[in-house]
Amino acid sequence: MTVSPEPTTSPAPTDAVSARPAATTRARARQRLTPFWRAVAAIAWKDLRAEIRSRELVNSMVLFTFMTVMVFSLALELDKEARQTTVAGVLWVTVVFAGMIGLSRSLAAEKDRGSLDALLLAPIDRSALFFGKMIGNLLFVLVIALVLQVLLTVLFNVTLIRPLLVLVVLLGSVGFTAAGTLLSSMAVHARAREALLPIILMPVVLPVLISAVRASTAILEGLPRDDWFPWIQLLAVADVIFLAAGYGLFDYVVEE
Amino acid sequence: MTYSATRTRILRGLTLAAAVLFVIGLYLALFWVGPEKEQGAAQRIFYVHLGSFLGAFIAFAATVVGGIAYLRTRDPKWDIFGLANVEIGLGMSAITIVTGMTWARPIWNTWWTWDPRLTSITIMWLAYAAYLMLRSGIEDPERRRRFAAVYGIVAFASVLFTIIIIRVRPDTIHPVVAGPTQADPTGGFDVTGRIRDTLFFNLFSFAVLTVVLIWYRIRLENLSQYVMRRKLEVLSEL
Repeated sequence: MTVSPEPTTSPAPTDAVSARPAATTRARARQRLTPFWRAVAAIAWKDLRAEIRSRELVNSMVLFTFMTVMVFSLALELDKEARQTTVAGVLWVTVVFAGMIGLSRSLAAEKDRGSLDALLLAPIDRSALFFGKMIGNLLFVLVIALVLQVLLTVLFNVTLIRPLLVLVVLLGSVGFTAAGTLLSSMAVHARAREALLPIILMPVVLPVLISAVRASTAILEGLPRDDWFPWIQLLAVADVIFLAAGYGLFDYVVEE
Repeated sequence: MTYSATRTRILRGLTLAAAVLFVIGLYLALFWVGPEKEQGAAQRIFYVHLGSFLGAFIAFAATVVGGIAYLRTRDPKWDIFGLANVEIGLGMSAITIVTGMTWARPIWNTWWTWDPRLTSITIMWLAYAAYLMLRSGIEDPERRRRFAAVYGIVAFASVLFTIIIIRVRPDTIHPVVAGPTQADPTGGFDVTGRIRDTLFFNLFSFAVLTVVLIWYRIRLENLSQYVMRRKLEVLSEL
């Protein structure tokens, strides 16, 4: 994708700006529309900077990660062989649950502070908002995954820091956060938002989770290429589907 | 709540056709076609199994169509269309799962196994169950319709996953009847004779049945919304 000088405006006719004469507003908005990727970078950077200053999300996610790993190793009573086969499952389940904490905060915080309206009023393409939010979430999930990889390597004595595994983590996290950002922006409007997000998100990302776990396990066990490559392909396909879905559908979710 | 007489006549005709086709389909599956060579009589449930999956697929694909149409036109009738399709699809895929389990008990000697195909259809079922949860969680009607349309489109990824997975994974024990597999990449259709005829007849009868059920579900929803509106009117007069 390239920087488009004149991104399309929201296709919905019933926008927030319709109170004013729509045609002139739209024409003016089109002139002043921030370039797509600059808007994306600005939103992601805003989230990142807020997080660097407050550290509330990453702290709770990292602590949650530690505790989940503790719970897993106590509950499963992992011996040496069991570790080898289950460590990928532990890795991904923890990433998904910790990531869910981040996702449910990401838009909920904007909504509670009232800054969501400001973001929606900004003269940017709505899908830039999606990608900005998604990249912010993706960075948090990747931090968690990195911490986990180190943690599990140390605690379970299984080397998780391998180039191929990093690739799987990257692909899996992209799919998870793309679907998660789209669905969490719906869940914030629900009555019981914290309860609804896992219910609507889990079945959608389970294909990503399954592919990621299978690929990781096969790579960790040193199986031949044929055993893990189809799963990586499946992951890539899922990523493309969810990114396209987010790009095309986010407009309709946030319009008001 | 009035519909044109022609449409109602078509619906009645289709209902009758679905009932007749269904009975004939069952007769073909249970009596006309002989027992399968390896699986014996247990194989007869396969016609209902595949038929109901086709029904679920039609319904879920129509949900995507309804979702796109709603987002484009903002006509609430497309939302009712989507809801009806999801509910019928859930019922149909529940039949697929239950008949599959019934078949698996004598053939695989277990009700359930964590085979990729079985896992993926469970995910599919859960995704559409989540659709109903999402609907009930959003209060604002306009927003509920919009979110339901979006989720109905996204959830279709799980249907694609169910169909693709046994064709890319060599480790499934679930039989593949049509299309390319790892063992036979060129694809093909490996049933013949009476089994094939029975299968096609049942697929057709389930397709008709699904359409009829969706149609009735749409009318039911229209009726229930009409009752709701009338109730509000009466209450406001008091």
